[in-house]
Amino acid sequence: MASTRSVVLDAKALARTLSRMADEIVERNEGTEGLVLVGIQRRGVQVADRLAAVIANREGVQVPRGALDITLYRDDLQTVGPRPVVGRTDIPVSIDDRRVVIVDDVLFTGRTIRAALNELADFGRAARVSLAVVIDRGGRELPIHPDVVGKHLDVPGGARVDVLVKEVDGRDEVIVQEAPGA
Amino acid sequence: MTSLGKDLLALERLSAEQISLVLDTAGPFKEISERAIKKVPTLRGATIVNLFFEPSTRTRISFEFAEKRMSADTVNVATAGSSVTKGETLVDTARNLEAMRIDMVVIRHTSSGAAQFLAERIESNVINAGDGTHEHPTQGLLDILTLRDRWGTLTGKRVCICGDVLHSRVARSNIWGLTKLGAEVAVCGPRSLLPSAIADLGVTVFDRIEAAIEWADALNVLRLQLERMLGGFIPSLREYNRVFGVTRERLERAPRDIIIMHPGPMNRGVEIDSDVADGPHSVILDQVTNGVAIRMAVLYLLAGNPPGLADAAKGAV
Amino acid sequence: MSPRDVLLTGGRLLDPSSGLDAVGDLLLSGGKIEAVGGRVGRPDGAEVVDCAGLVVAPGLVDVHCHLREPGREDVETIATGARAAAAGGFTAVCAMPNTDPVTDNQAAVGFVLEQGRAARAARVHPIGAISIGQAGERLAEFGEMVGAGAVAVSDDGKPVVSSQLMRTALEYARTFDIPVADHCEDPTLAAGGAMNEGVVSARMGLRGIPSEAEEIMAIRDILLARRTGGHVHLCHMSTKGSVELIRWGKERGIRVTAEACPHHLSLTEEAVEGYDTHAKMNPPLRTAADVEALRDAVRDGTIDLLATDHAPHHNDEKQRAFADAPNGIVGLETALAVNLTWLVKPGIIGLGTLVERMSCAPARIFRLPGGTLRRGAVADVTVFDAGSEWNVDPASFLTKGRNTPYRGMTLTGRARYTVVGGTLVFRAG
Repeated sequence: MASTRSVVLDAKALARTLSRMADEIVERNEGTEGLVLVGIQRRGVQVADRLAAVIANREGVQVPRGALDITLYRDDLQTVGPRPVVGRTDIPVSIDDRRVVIVDDVLFTGRTIRAALNELADFGRAARVSLAVVIDRGGRELPIHPDVVGKHLDVPGGARVDVLVKEVDGRDEVIVQEAPGA
Repeated sequence: MTSLGKDLLALERLSAEQISLVLDTAGPFKEISERAIKKVPTLRGATIVNLFFEPSTRTRISFEFAEKRMSADTVNVATAGSSVTKGETLVDTARNLEAMRIDMVVIRHTSSGAAQFLAERIESNVINAGDGTHEHPTQGLLDILTLRDRWGTLTGKRVCICGDVLHSRVARSNIWGLTKLGAEVAVCGPRSLLPSAIADLGVTVFDRIEAAIEWADALNVLRLQLERMLGGFIPSLREYNRVFGVTRERLERAPRDIIIMHPGPMNRGVEIDSDVADGPHSVILDQVTNGVAIRMAVLYLLAGNPPGLADAAKGAV
Repeated sequence: MSPRDVLLTGGRLLDPSSGLDAVGDLLLSGGKIEAVGGRVGRPDGAEVVDCAGLVVAPGLVDVHCHLREPGREDVETIATGARAAAAGGFTAVCAMPNTDPVTDNQAAVGFVLEQGRAARAARVHPIGAISIGQAGERLAEFGEMVGAGAVAVSDDGKPVVSSQLMRTALEYARTFDIPVADHCEDPTLAAGGAMNEGVVSARMGLRGIPSEAEEIMAIRDILLARRTGGHVHLCHMSTKGSVELIRWGKERGIRVTAEACPHHLSLTEEAVEGYDTHAKMNPPLRTAADVEALRDAVRDGTIDLLATDHAPHHNDEKQRAFADAPNGIVGLETALAVNLTWLVKPGIIGLGTLVERMSCAPARIFRLPGGTLRRGAVADVTVFDAGSEWNVDPASFLTKGRNTPYRGMTLTGRARYTVVGGTLVFRAG
């Protein structure tokens, strides 16, 4: 049975969303002073890059960015079968006393963010950590709450939500695929 | 999807894909050792026994760092003071480890095949940290990673392993790993320290170090143990250095820059001169750094793999 | 008391010693062969054994086995070894003297003979040591040992390192007309070796034993036999080079005889892959070229006879890292089948040659009773099925040893009845 596939945000809409999110990040952190954007591998990194570009445009400031691969902090490694490929973690500046914004594409169970918080803590003591996600699809299994959200989606548990970015996927788009029979 | 299987016993058994998987995985692990807090929780709760039936400070420390940086609980069992010296057999050791619900075992043993012996008898993941004169797969992997870091690729590159190949587990792991990834491999040393059938392993043999230096892009200089002289394989360490020593004078005549590797510990002034070991083309300290990353990668890739995976992986090779 | 008469009916009577190969009956009476061939009427009270479809041959003789008693009765006793031999179709075996204490004197020889008789299975012929304690220094008392029943002398398990001692042994043995059996191994070349030296040992990182370690001693022994006129018997020959050297000696009329073992005719060094200690033996398994040369030599008689080198070890001793495990495998209960499977089945030798190499030749060369179905000879007879297949399950062995590389393999041919001195000592279940 074919799954149904629908575009939730097209390229234009995604750009508008990211632009609003960037504004909100600056607003919530009272400017760009001490701000660090940390994207979660893989697509959170590209989203962080876009947000940083918007901020640079508006504020004339290059906000430092980092990348976080949370594979080694996952709580399900013993159950996932073949080992996932470990990506690059790169936090180029000290996060001590900075305002760190964790950036990810989709927020679902919250387990990835839990892992990211743990990993980030190994790099230093941030003054404040907040969370920005393009899509919040609900379905949390941990007490994690986003601070900046591009769009809320109400989709069934079995559905797939993908944020596609040009750098990785060749196009900008947010799509939802409902599981067959769902 | 490529898997390493249950155990890491020998590079001879791995495919090029499996070797590349370890090398690729080691990359991100290098960064962890650069952090202020050099620790990830990946193996939290896992118990690892470092079972060393033969003294080895470097390898054991490297494994221990790797294990601790992955948050595993580790126990070191060394020959001195263990039941091994009381005549307990390897079988009994294996059964006891099994009974204690150990997750992984890193074993160094004086007998070739000891790691496989253990792996066949316990469910835990077994990592060969050197078995007799057979293989030392993590050393081979870290040597190859060091070269790949320098060159980007191993295809068509020429690596000569110099010295006591006969008694070297490092040599065998290098030969298999390097050839599988497309490098050309040679050996050079007195014939009394080369296996008589060495050429059948697909390597070139040089009798003179000068010829090896002319040919090679990299030299992996093996440690020459004093016992070899006492065992009558060579007349003296002095003559060994004269005839086979990797010296600055010899390297200066090379047609190209040659990368110098050594698995350590070095006998300065015997197989390698100090100004070569400490010279601009030496990557000996990179090898040490890569050793921890390679071992973390291997721990990560093996942890929890069941015995069935080993068979599947073997079948896939 | 004479045993009950036994009449073996309708089997293929195969006896190269008398040129016999015909279907017929064989009557055993009073411990002797009473009637051979044709139809024999059933004497009163005789036990009749239907041998239709089976080969009836002179009893198999193994001139080389290790029965471990005295000293390692936990591993084998003369009784368990003699019963295992009978189950393998052997009517006689020669026990090597490397026991603890060494069989190097009259009393020790008598002990082996006595234990063998008491087992009421295959005959057990003691082999005495060449040197006292097999220490390789002073000659043992050949005369006393032969007087007590020793059939040969050997320091097997170890080579006779001293060429002078070997020379003396060959000279001295002439008086008693016994073979001097040597384990050919240059100990300096073989030192520390765990398998054949070659590409497999290079890969596995195991110290190799070069074929020259055997060949150097083989040619030394042959040259000393030429010098002394003594009879040298070369044990467990394993290399192509040895075959060529023996051929050289025989062409010159030197009194050299040689044996090969089933494992060296069926397996190669590849069997060691995976560090299987059941493939660890000395001399080691060699290359395919060596196996081929040995098979040719068995066919043309350069190798005079086949022997087992049956060497039981405790399982705990084999459950070790390869280099630390002892050498040797059990062979009494697999030898006939291995030889049938790897020599007869592929057509390298015929059944007649097999019987010659496993029965007639060993009896003749070691001057033992048996090895023939001639009327009046001792009634040592082996009846075997040359074609049935069976799976090797060491747990079912009568030997105490379980150390065999043939575990789980399907072999062809098996002993069905073994008759020693006219008494049925084994019948297949």
